[in-house]
Amino acid sequence: MSSGLVYAVVGVLLFVLGAAGMLLLPHLLRKILAFNLLGSGAFLILVGLAQRDGGVDPVPHAMVLTGIVVAVAATALALALLRRLHALSGRTQLADESADE
Amino acid sequence: MNRALRAAVVLGAGLLAALLVAAILALPVPAVRLPALVAAHLPASGVTHPVTAVLLNFRGYDTLLEVAVLALALVGLLAQSPPRELTHAPSPGEPVLPLLARVLVPFLILSAGYLLWAGAHRPGGAFQAGAVLAAAAVVLHLARLWPAWDRPGRGLRLGLVGGLLLFLAVAAALLAGGTLLRYPPQLAGTLILLIEIGLTVSLGLLLAGLFLFLAEPRSL
Repeated sequence: MSSGLVYAVVGVLLFVLGAAGMLLLPHLLRKILAFNLLGSGAFLILVGLAQRDGGVDPVPHAMVLTGIVVAVAATALALALLRRLHALSGRTQLADESADE
Repeated sequence: MNRALRAAVVLGAGLLAALLVAAILALPVPAVRLPALVAAHLPASGVTHPVTAVLLNFRGYDTLLEVAVLALALVGLLAQSPPRELTHAPSPGEPVLPLLARVLVPFLILSAGYLLWAGAHRPGGAFQAGAVLAAAAVVLHLARLWPAWDRPGRGLRLGLVGGLLLFLAVAAALLAGGTLLRYPPQLAGTLILLIEIGLTVSLGLLLAGLFLFLAEPRSL
């Protein structure tokens, strides 16, 4: 098992952890954090898989670099939406979930 | 969420993890060798670092759309008219932060310039330089040395979208060749550097804007 594969497997674990967090955690800030964890897992899989046989592949590197910046922008927008929701309704959870708990 | 559903999600996640790991371990070697392709076309790309060549030449449209996404995120963030009580001004009269900013920011700008220039032949480039510039912009704002963020004027707005506009202008000018963002090989290095300079300034301002407008909503 090459080190690239180890990174990819860790990426899978982060991805699944993030996905489960998004489903299980009711607080929206935690959901945003879980979404970022999920994205980081995907990046790690991309980069790890690309170099599993030793060589470095610049194409996934460039894609991950692009993805990181887009993830930052998406996170900022999500945080702004969350703050707007909190300012308007005082809630930090989605409506049906708070009724559920 | 009740206990059974919670357990089902955890179980499903574990199953998904096992399946994905098995899939990754069983994955065949890709038929197309991208590193070799990139290496073969590197001399025609205008730069010598493969990641920069991919970002700004081979897959330039990714980068073009990415800057558009960033600008869109900032517009979306500003579109949610923020309530007044969330605005707060950093406490004035702090002597340490302005001094630190005055010492740090020139070095940050210098580092950003180096990273931008290094991008052509080693790790670096517009994104890294933009991130450093964003840090400098945030420090300047926190030290109250850059009041433009409080009431963004024409210069700041132009800086925010300038990189995207420049990139679009280059793409439009090259469209005459029939393909999106195919640089003529003799001009490729110059065009990439030009686009990267615009991108560095705009990315820095956009990232700083995402941070500052989120922390301190103002109308742009």
